[in-house]
Amino acid sequence: MDFNLTRDQKMIRDVVRDFAEQEIAPRATEIDRTGTFPLDIINKMSEMDLMGLPFPEEYGGAGADYVSYCLAVEEISRACGSTGLTYEAHISLGCMPIYLFGTQEQKKKYLTMLCRGECVGAFGLTEPEAGSDAGGTKTTAELDGDEWVINGSKCFITNASYAKFVTITAVTDKTRGRKGISAIIVPTDAPGFTIRSSYEKMGLHGSNTTELFFDNVRVPRENLVGNLNEGFKQFLKVLDGGRVAIAAMAVGIAQACLDASLKYAHQRVQFGRSISKFQAIQFKLADMAVNIELARLMYLKAAWLKDNGQPYSKEAAIAKLFASEMATRAALDAIQIHGGYGYMKEFPVERYLRDAKLLEIGEGTSEVQRLVIARQIGC
Amino acid sequence: MNIVVCLKQTFDTEAKITLDAGGKIERKGVSLIMNPYDEFAVEEALRLKEKDGGEVTVISVGESSAQDALRQALAMGADKAILVDPGEAELDEYATATILAKAISGLEYDIILGGFRAIDDGSAQVAGRVAEILNVPVVNVVTKLEVEGGKAVATREIEGGSELVEVALPAVFTAQKGLNEPRYPSMKGIMKAKKKPMQKMTLGDLGLEGQVAAKVKALSYSLPEPRKAGKIIPGEAAEAARELAKLLREEAKVI
Ligand SMILES: Cc1cc2nc3c(=O)[nH]c(=O)nc-3n(C[C@H](O)[C@H](O)[C@H](O)COP(=O)(O)OP(=O)(O)OC[C@H]3O[C@@H](n4cnc5c(N)ncnc54)[C@H](O)[C@@H]3O)c2cc1C
Repeated sequence: MDFNLTRDQKMIRDVVRDFAEQEIAPRATEIDRTGTFPLDIINKMSEMDLMGLPFPEEYGGAGADYVSYCLAVEEISRACGSTGLTYEAHISLGCMPIYLFGTQEQKKKYLTMLCRGECVGAFGLTEPEAGSDAGGTKTTAELDGDEWVINGSKCFITNASYAKFVTITAVTDKTRGRKGISAIIVPTDAPGFTIRSSYEKMGLHGSNTTELFFDNVRVPRENLVGNLNEGFKQFLKVLDGGRVAIAAMAVGIAQACLDASLKYAHQRVQFGRSISKFQAIQFKLADMAVNIELARLMYLKAAWLKDNGQPYSKEAAIAKLFASEMATRAALDAIQIHGGYGYMKEFPVERYLRDAKLLEIGEGTSEVQRLVIARQIGC
Repeated sequence: MNIVVCLKQTFDTEAKITLDAGGKIERKGVSLIMNPYDEFAVEEALRLKEKDGGEVTVISVGESSAQDALRQALAMGADKAILVDPGEAELDEYATATILAKAISGLEYDIILGGFRAIDDGSAQVAGRVAEILNVPVVNVVTKLEVEGGKAVATREIEGGSELVEVALPAVFTAQKGLNEPRYPSMKGIMKAKKKPMQKMTLGDLGLEGQVAAKVKALSYSLPEPRKAGKIIPGEAAEAARELAKLLREEAKVI
């Protein structure tokens, strides 16, 4: 057994931490307040090859492992949740389906664009009537000659306004239920394809969340990703990987909560003492540190299993469930430690709460994670 | 153009310095970084290489942990690294410079770069000494460097302004803040760094075994006095100001 990160992993973490502290963190408040998508930061991340971090060099990636990628997600999210989610959705949802299931040509064409950061990646699974029950997809794709004709809509899709194409799921065989769903790459400039981003979100204001509408959108037959009617199986795999990264994101936000709280607790004086001297405050900080450490170990374990080609669905669900719930708790405690100031936008902790909460919902709600875990332990 | 960059691994700028039981600086548990001034030197070397071609070799005298600093330079884009392990030899600026110069004398070089000082011991001597031993000119605290046709034009900081100097190559230059903005190593750079050559040498390999010993020895180290709590002078403004002036004169002795 070895708990050490490799040299590469350590250097990647340290460089991304440095970058996030210097280039992202100072912008986080403004990104949250104005809801601006931080395109300039994404461009800098492309220059550093972060946008293709865990993919092979032949597709423009950096050839690092999944552990490294998750460490990067943690560091970026620690500085800014919105940028963290943009990055996570780009890699885990945008790049992964093509990397895992795409043909050689699709990888050369689409994955390379994504890894080089020429556009951000997006994955359209969720629909107004198909959320946790993603098998209930209503969007359809019918073959007409050599083209798929797509009709329907998607909701809550991250990054699509900044994408050149979106991989979506659609029903390709109505008679087969969830075994009749396929994944198809749809260019965002295809006629009949509309992308709208008008949600007013609780948090993650700098992350682009969109609705997709398909009105007789035609794409070539070869845009099918992987095998016909295997979309359901595919996205379960995609989500497994994504959950590990969401756990890393949660750890990043929780770490930011601890950093801010520790600093504030040392500074704030009440009853003639720094509030960090009060056991009630110390216990909150200690609990935060405990939970962060455990959640970090769990996402690293899940990522390690993935890197080593071992099954990791259960570990991914455990990591995501524990990390996301603990991040929300950490943010609540961080606000409590800050007292009235914590409730004000002057301090970052209320943002941490608004950002963290999504992690209990996206890429499978906490309830769904518990279902997955229960199934895995034999219920 | 062949460029050699001398670099040192130092304590993180945010590290808390403590002394161990023997009164030496405690190294355990401290995070280590590349000396920030050396980062400017590495960046400048890479820019020169990108402009005119050539090879950048980074070299450090230090224990095996210093590989991390060298690897960072490789990840930024340097081509190869040399680590000289001094073993049990006690080092001062003279000893370090002797070792560096010996190692560099076996290389081809047009330009030697280093930080103008290390943030830990801050003696600002090593690069100059290397130049002296190699019998090449040295230009210190450089904030701008341009190289063309076998010579270099450098801007250096002097008291109250700056000085433009010209020097024939080969020469040693030491980097001051402002010379450039060091790049972040790219992810591909990090992944490639481990495939680049990292040559490890001992003093024996350089023919210096038993030949170098510090001429200056540190007798003891001490930490600065902890900052004393401030004093609040109560009372009416006019009276408090009078008291303050008195204390500043008689106690703090600053006016
Ligand atoms: C900011 C944001 C970004 C997103 N990005 C993307 C994206 O890029 N791509 C994408 O495809 N989707 C994305 N989503 C969608 C997200 O994955 C879904 O919101 C999520 O899966 C939940 O689906 P739902 O919202 O329809 O909730 P529902 O499924 O309707 O769930 C409502 C409640 O019922 C519970 N519930 C549902 N089924 C069960 C059950 N069987 N047992 C117990 N409880 C159950 C849920 O846990 C939840 O508490 C994003 C969402 C948000 C908010």
